Amino acid sequence: MAAGFAQWGNDLYTGRRSYDIVGHRRWWFAVSGVLVLAAIVLLFAPGLNPGIEFRGGSEFVVTGVVNRDQQKAVTAVAAIDNREVALVTNQGSNSIRVQTRQLGSNQVEQVREALAKAYNVNVNAVTSTFIGPTWGADVSKKAVSGLVVFLVLVAVVMTAYFRNWRMAVAALAALFHDIAITAGVYAAVGWEVTPATVIGFLTILGYSIYDTVVVFDKVRENTDGVIHQSRYTYSEKANLAVNQTLVRSINTSVVALLPVAGILFIGAFLLGAGTLRDIALALFVGMLVGAYSSIFLATPLEVALREREPEMIALRKRVLAGRAGGSGTDGEAVAAGALAAPLVGPLRPGAHQGFAAQPRRRRK
Amino acid sequence: MRTLVTLGVMIVVMAAAIAAGITWSKATLAPKLALDLEGGTEIILTPVPEAQASGQVTSTTISQAINVIRQRIDASGVAEAEIGSQGSGSTAKIVVSLPGTPSPETVKLVTTSAQMEFRPVLQQSYTPVPTATPTPTPTSSGTAGLPPTPSASSAAAAPTPTATASAAAGAAGATPTPTPSASAPATEGAGPISPSDAAYYVTPAVQKQFDSLDCNNVKNRSGGVNGPANAAFVTCSQDGSSKFILGPVELQGQHIAGASSGLNILPNGTTGTEWVVNLKLDGQGTTEFAKTTTRLVKETAPLNEFAVVLDGLVVSAPAVNDIIPNGQAVISGSFTRTTAATLANQLSFGSLPVSFQVESEQQISATLGSEYLQKGLLAGLIGLVLVVVYSLIQYRVLGFLTVSSLALAAVITYLVITLLSWLQGYRLSLPGVAGLIVAIGITADSFIVYFERIRDELRDGRPLAAAVEHGWSRARRTILVSDAVNFMAAAALYVLAIGSVRGFAFTLGLTTIIDLLIVFSFTHPMMEIIARVRFFADGHRLSGLDPRRLGVEGVRYAGRGRVVVAPKAAAATDGHGTAAAWPTTQPAAVGLPGETIAERRAAARRAGTATAPSTSPAHDERPTTEGEQH
Repeated sequence: MAAGFAQWGNDLYTGRRSYDIVGHRRWWFAVSGVLVLAAIVLLFAPGLNPGIEFRGGSEFVVTGVVNRDQQKAVTAVAAIDNREVALVTNQGSNSIRVQTRQLGSNQVEQVREALAKAYNVNVNAVTSTFIGPTWGADVSKKAVSGLVVFLVLVAVVMTAYFRNWRMAVAALAALFHDIAITAGVYAAVGWEVTPATVIGFLTILGYSIYDTVVVFDKVRENTDGVIHQSRYTYSEKANLAVNQTLVRSINTSVVALLPVAGILFIGAFLLGAGTLRDIALALFVGMLVGAYSSIFLATPLEVALREREPEMIALRKRVLAGRAGGSGTDGEAVAAGALAAPLVGPLRPGAHQGFAAQPRRRRK
Repeated sequence: MRTLVTLGVMIVVMAAAIAAGITWSKATLAPKLALDLEGGTEIILTPVPEAQASGQVTSTTISQAINVIRQRIDASGVAEAEIGSQGSGSTAKIVVSLPGTPSPETVKLVTTSAQMEFRPVLQQSYTPVPTATPTPTPTSSGTAGLPPTPSASSAAAAPTPTATASAAAGAAGATPTPTPSASAPATEGAGPISPSDAAYYVTPAVQKQFDSLDCNNVKNRSGGVNGPANAAFVTCSQDGSSKFILGPVELQGQHIAGASSGLNILPNGTTGTEWVVNLKLDGQGTTEFAKTTTRLVKETAPLNEFAVVLDGLVVSAPAVNDIIPNGQAVISGSFTRTTAATLANQLSFGSLPVSFQVESEQQISATLGSEYLQKGLLAGLIGLVLVVVYSLIQYRVLGFLTVSSLALAAVITYLVITLLSWLQGYRLSLPGVAGLIVAIGITADSFIVYFERIRDELRDGRPLAAAVEHGWSRARRTILVSDAVNFMAAAALYVLAIGSVRGFAFTLGLTTIIDLLIVFSFTHPMMEIIARVRFFADGHRLSGLDPRRLGVEGVRYAGRGRVVVAPKAAAATDGHGTAAAWPTTQPAAVGLPGETIAERRAAARRAGTATAPSTSPAHDERPTTEGEQH
């Protein structure tokens, strides 16, 4: 398997085998557009389901408990209100704290009775109160302001590094795509949104940008000096870059997703609801979508933006004219039926490769 | 090689620091855990009864208070705390859950309201220090100086004639009469001339309260609520050494724009040894403060003093020697480094709208239970094993370099987190653990990018040593820029966000730096060493760097004048075969400047057979020209 994979990697690198990812960009845009739309609809129709930490809820304190088995409380609450799993904490030396979503006064009484029965205490030993959110509006506000600053910084740095704002725009579009789809999946599954989920979303944010930057750096490398030649268009060079990083993208995604898949599996199937499951789902979906978007969305989008530049349009004309085998306006002639797929190597064959490429003198 | 040694030394130093910390300090072998994994202490705060009675407690004040408390806790470290409200209306409470067992200072940081006011001093007297008893225990001092008699205060430096005079005058009637020391005479029944108008504010009742106040009694120094803003206020100094009658509030604490702590600056510009809190006032505060100091500078002692009142106690009462127009004030007092820092922290995030008292403080268990951490770690471990298996399949023996780099990254992460949890109070929460597991992906990606670049260079026909060198210079750029973006994300979130987002950002930034550290000081130097080992340099089948598997066929320059001929491809392509395949695939233009001789010849040949159909598209393509051309 590995040998086949390596061979496949070679073919991708040399351009012998090439997937026309950039060329089919309308397809990818359509797929992504539909997914994002579906996600937005899901965000409105079932909507996200914020947890106790965001909305506040009801809190019950059972005092005088002898056997503090937390599972009893979870079962007792689930019998009355099974939309969310209760948070149970031991408090002091002999009491237990149960937090649920905000319940009506009827349900509060029922839960009190159920808890009293479960722990074998008097109903009066179970007190109830309403609690406010621990992740209040101010935390969200600060997080959002941090996020905005981060996005602006990313845009500025990417524009400075790649010397082109189009890469930053494409990267941010891919980022939005990843977050929207992940949130949509979360809404569709209907799991509670906890602080852990939010942390998961933030991680995706970082990962998505990271992944896109790695791919873009290869595109930058390949398309360096692209307008000074007449053999390949910008999209062909960019497509080669995507193909050449395909092996790396697959390897990285597998390595990054394996641990997350482990957490998701254990969190969802062995532990049931909880922080681990929440964060792992957000991460798994987000990283998967992030890997997809860095290849199929970010680069094609960037190419689509770049191809509108007058220089690139001129280059495209020049290349196509040359390919037609006819007499190009600039007098270049290329053999008829030349390759559509670009080749690896320097754009001008025979260029000096630098002293590092020279054979080394033996060190004594 | 040197970088490897440096890295080793660094690890040893960190481990030694932890070992030393365990032996001589309270460091622990495992990093401290956050609230969700370890449990902690739950403190329930209720607004003080006066505030509840006066209807000051609304949901708005509670949420303001929560905001202020959260900022204070965040500023004191990265410990993740949970702060929420309980109940509603005037019975609302604040629940603060802190990981572990918080120190008394932390509890104080949370509960004190830090309401600061500037008031003019109307009267001051030093408390008779019970020097008679050699050991001034609270009880003995309490009995020794219970009623501070006028004679006692006159013995002190404070000018008591004013006090007695006003007391006598005040006894005559309900309306205040001018005292001999008052700067300007007040007409009967009129309002005060200035906040320093002692004659107006020091009523007999106030004087009586002042006379009977005993600042040696610890109970009187516990602080509490500041007095009404527009009336006189009688209180002790924080250390109990003097007591004051203060005028109405001149400047409210909300005009403080910022506060920092530090050592005092002496008049000659050097740094002193006393800890002070530096205040910066906002625009309005600066104007008011300038007005106050302009007035006070003309007064005589003690009326030229203003008192800095914090939670009902006087922190310091400096005399005004100059007009202060720039809104910079320095509070000195009996501060230590910690108390100065705590006060600065409290002042810069504003005061709590109402005062709180601790209703209960009790232990709470972890919200997630120990099985979560175990299972979480197990999940991470399973994931890691899968990563190891995958990288061994992908990179063969070279995969061991990935694995050892990851293991080293894990060791360093563990050491740094343990160190930080000892020195900085860092706490690891479950989202933090998940963040660390995700970091495996980002760290491994650096190696993958690097290895793939090396392979690309090998495919171009370079020998391994050159491929490593070239691949590194290209991979380094990618690794640096992508990590820089990641680090920026972490930094922006850390600086701007609060609560658990901040903790997450810290973990992310930390792992990014460790990733860079490992790649630059371990993986790359190791790769350079590996490139010299024959097993890798000759491209053994299992080395993961086998040029034949990487598609380099035929003759390959192996360096040092040696040439490797691949057995499979040897028959098919010798030097001439390659050259024959070459021209048909290279769509070079005729007469382009900078062409190689081979290209020009090829173009000429093509020109001769221009009408002939080209070869099939699946022909053999030579990626580059170097190496084989010689």
